[in-house]
Amino acid sequence: MAQYMFMLFDSEEWYDQVTAEEWQQQMKLHTEFMAAVEAAGARVVGGEALLPSSTASTIKKGEGEPLVTDGPFIETKEALGGFYIVEAKDLDQALALAKLVPSGNIEVRPVMDTSEGAAPPA
Amino acid sequence: MGASARVVAERVEAAHRECWSVVLASTVRVTRDLDLAEDCAQEAFVRALRTWPEQIPDNPAGWLTTVAKRLALDKLRRETTLRRKLPLLVEEVGSTAYGGQADDQPTDPLRLVFTCCHPALARDAQVALTLRLICGLTTREVAAGLLISEATAAARITRAKKKIAAAGIPYRIPADDELASRLDVVLTVVQLVYTAGHVAAGPELTRADLTGRAIELAQLLVRLMPDEPEPQSLLALLLMTQARGDARVSEDGELVLLADQDRSRWDIKMLAEGVSRATAALRQGERSARATGGQSPGPGRFALQAAIAGLHVTAPSWERTDWVQVVRMYDAMLVGWPSPIVALNRAAAQSLVPGADLAEVLGELDALGKESALKAYAYLPAARADVLARLGRPDEAAREYDAAIALTANGAEQRFLSRRRASLPTTHGDAVPD
Repeated sequence: MAQYMFMLFDSEEWYDQVTAEEWQQQMKLHTEFMAAVEAAGARVVGGEALLPSSTASTIKKGEGEPLVTDGPFIETKEALGGFYIVEAKDLDQALALAKLVPSGNIEVRPVMDTSEGAAPPA
Repeated sequence: MGASARVVAERVEAAHRECWSVVLASTVRVTRDLDLAEDCAQEAFVRALRTWPEQIPDNPAGWLTTVAKRLALDKLRRETTLRRKLPLLVEEVGSTAYGGQADDQPTDPLRLVFTCCHPALARDAQVALTLRLICGLTTREVAAGLLISEATAAARITRAKKKIAAAGIPYRIPADDELASRLDVVLTVVQLVYTAGHVAAGPELTRADLTGRAIELAQLLVRLMPDEPEPQSLLALLLMTQARGDARVSEDGELVLLADQDRSRWDIKMLAEGVSRATAALRQGERSARATGGQSPGPGRFALQAAIAGLHVTAPSWERTDWVQVVRMYDAMLVGWPSPIVALNRAAAQSLVPGADLAEVLGELDALGKESALKAYAYLPAARADVLARLGRPDEAAREYDAAIALTANGAEQRFLSRRRASLPTTHGDAVPD
């Protein structure tokens, strides 16, 4: 088993007009996704939804004092809106599960082993 | 009975050509580590050179696989951490897999093909990795075949192998429900390997080693998936293309288009096999579409391409090709797999239908000129040049030939286009102003 991070990137315009019912519906889809992961014999190890990128602050370190600025580190049309950590058999299972995430764009990345005695990534 | 060094060297070389992917794939199943398996497979071939002079084994593939696996197991035992560290090629290895000889899975090379062509790898990397691991080409040969520097080829291969290990790309044949989509990538990569050899950018028109490897791969896929029509179709397509290879280049090395080829120089036996495979695959596709009441798709992408190639090779001459049918096949391709290149080929075929409206075809080609995908595609100006020449507009045709010549990197194609340009009738005094 290996752990994968699913990063959910979506347009944030949705937040501007979302109704309470649509919000509930979206939460329900995420609950269903988590159930599908367990049903596949994989495991949701963690995950959170993030507030819109307008609430983000970025700290840039260079020479001198770290600089605090408004906004996300990378400005794109689609912003990181949340993530899951899923433990899956292999990349194929992870990708099959990532297809079920209720989000428009999902980046799947293996989680690095940082346990004691682990070697740096090759 | 000993064998001479020359005979042994030839046998080992032949075994490398024929059995490399089997030996490597079976070893991967034990090691679950591509690099380690590659090292051990290579070492097995080196040992064959030393050992076979005493006696050449009856079953070279079995001998090589056994040696490679033993080497791998020795190394794994020495570095027991390796197995803990690498959960990469997740296929469960049963106890029999360590036995050595009789348990080799005939599907091993296929697993390896699907690993190399995993959609999570970049297309460039899929092709390079397939050439390296399945075809057994050296990094230098991969670079030469793909016209990239050796450093680029090495970087692509290394990066892809790292991703396979780190991201946990499994070493397995996809399940039935995902096979169709995954198979398409594999077939596309095999076709790309063939194309890289068929229209090599460089002084030579073709690279026989690459086209040969692609055909071997297609044969492997057919052997391993006899019930799938698409591998069958791809093999048919490649065979029909290959069978015309000799007639494609004139004695002075110039490209000869299908229209001008001496058909008596075609390899009749290879063509016949291609045609019969194409026909079978096409029927299979139509049958399955009928059986499911149109639910399952009809002929696939490669079945249609093979059908077009079949129409060409079974026609008595270029002029008497069934152009109406050819256009119909392109139409079917445009429905399922629309692309500007298919549209271009369709327009070119349409221009050859007896009584075709050439002005209308020219309009279609003009519209295609707006497609960014075709901006640097030499065949578009070449097709426009041909239609313009037939419409009696030689000056415009000449300009299009110039554009086509500038866009192709292949020497034989350049010579061909220059000859076509030179054969245009010259206009006197009434040249069309720029």
